[in-house]
Amino acid sequence: MSMLELYQEVILDHNKSPRNFRDMDCASHKACGKNPLCGDELDLFLNIEDGVIQDVSFTGTGCAISVASASLLTEKLKGRTVTDAEAIYREVHMMLTGESDVDPAELGKLAVLSGVCQFPVRVKCASLAWHTMHAALQDRSEDVSTE
Amino acid sequence: MNAPVPATAVWDTARIQQDFPILSREVHGKPLVYLDSAATTQRPVSVVEAVRKFDLTHNANVHRGVHLLSQEATQAYEGAREKVRRFLNAASVREILFVRGTTEAINLVSNSFGTSKIGAGDEIVVSSLEHHSNIVPWQMLAERTGAVLRVIPMSDSGDLDQEAYRELLNARTRLVALTHISNALGTVNPVREMIAAAHEHEIPVLVDGAQAVAHTAVDVRELDCDFYAFSGHKLYGPTGIGVLYGREALLEAMPPWQGGGDMIASVSFSGTTYNELPYKFEAGTPNISGAVGLGAAVDYVEALGLEAIAAHEADLLDYLVAQLSKIDCVRLIGEPAVRGGAVSFLIGDVHPHDIGTILDCEGIAIRAGHHCAQPIMERLGIPATARASVGVYNTKADIDSLVAPLPQIAEMFAR
Ligand SMILES: Cc1ncc(COP(=O)(O)O)c(C=O)c1O
Repeated sequence: MSMLELYQEVILDHNKSPRNFRDMDCASHKACGKNPLCGDELDLFLNIEDGVIQDVSFTGTGCAISVASASLLTEKLKGRTVTDAEAIYREVHMMLTGESDVDPAELGKLAVLSGVCQFPVRVKCASLAWHTMHAALQDRSEDVSTE
Repeated sequence: MNAPVPATAVWDTARIQQDFPILSREVHGKPLVYLDSAATTQRPVSVVEAVRKFDLTHNANVHRGVHLLSQEATQAYEGAREKVRRFLNAASVREILFVRGTTEAINLVSNSFGTSKIGAGDEIVVSSLEHHSNIVPWQMLAERTGAVLRVIPMSDSGDLDQEAYRELLNARTRLVALTHISNALGTVNPVREMIAAAHEHEIPVLVDGAQAVAHTAVDVRELDCDFYAFSGHKLYGPTGIGVLYGREALLEAMPPWQGGGDMIASVSFSGTTYNELPYKFEAGTPNISGAVGLGAAVDYVEALGLEAIAAHEADLLDYLVAQLSKIDCVRLIGEPAVRGGAVSFLIGDVHPHDIGTILDCEGIAIRAGHHCAQPIMERLGIPATARASVGVYNTKADIDSLVAPLPQIAEMFAR
């Protein structure tokens, strides 16, 4: 594994200019995720109407992997149904833990995160946004921690 | 088995590296460059062999058997205690307690000394450079007893404010708990002077020596400290073994911490009398082979010579600081007046964990994170740092390997 395989252009780009990086006043769902080991912290906002994610955004700080993962998440989920979002959550989870091969058609750009599974300590960084999204959908108000 | 180099020999890092077979392995297909000795040092063959020899030929429980093996095990264990006594120049082996590590040593003091001598409204002084293990036990004690924690502030350079320290000391101060060398910034505290200042008020001082013992000669009588704690695994020894030195008069007056076998003289349901020092504080079967390994580690660093080690490492750290300072986007975190063991840095606004992972891909092991010293990070307004730390086996070539990819990392992440 070379550093360029893990830190692909897509990841560097989403870290440099995270998409949907903003607060959301009218969020119907939100959650805060923390990765105590790294000090990563993000707030994730969702606006869901009739089971469809109309808008999704995040704010916070973290390493390139966690910021890029959150940014990619917002791109992926906007306009999808909650059911889709949960299915994608499960696929991403399996990809990051190396439990299954990625279906590139289903995950698209998110496949750039697949190299992370070779760095067990960084899996938490990549999965933080996803766990936080999952918690927001469950309407769990307590903070999510990857510990 | 490689015999340690005699102290009189010229320093030969290539020769020393042969004592550490792990250094010749590869990581992600690249030769390992180990710059994380502040987290744990690698172990030389002589330490591994000492543990192995004990396990394979002398293993038995200590202090209780009449049979030969038990006598041999006791001799080996007590022999290690004597080595540690000599290493720290303590007056007596009664002052050398084997524990699990620095963390347990500090918890022993906070539980035993703390609970018996520190009460509501009393003050405990710690510094802003402490590792969590020299903060949390005192917070727990404060919570139990109503004592108050007072914190010595530090400057941006990572040096403690000595004037503020002296002002903190007062008639309510019951203990000063202070790190010898900061694991996060590499600051070497002027512990001797700070101990003397506390003693003017008759306040005892605990020194956290976790980061110091492998880098500088420690003489507890010269320092005049009251407690000194360290871990075997940061001194080229095994994990799970460490030492608390305590001044005999203080230890005598302290109640036992844990109860059980070995720490008693006699037990009856009408009352129990405690064993003498140091056994009063060593309840239960100790980490016998760990102590043997620690004894071998002490032999190893003594054979190299602490002065020679300090000179070698000072040279490396000067070189590291100079090389890092040449790179525009690299910022040193902490520029203490006296440095030991480690250098913390940042590259632009790249998160240290990304730096750590990229260097790992290149076979270079450093630490990235808050180094269990979150108050330092908070004080400096950063979430984490990248930290390189050195040991006897490191070379300038290791530092070149670390420094070479940094400009490229900066470029990759440039905003
Ligand atoms: C300054 C300092 N104190 C205490 C500790 C805790 O040592 P241990 O985990 O071996 O108990 C460390 C370990 O990193 C340290 O660097």
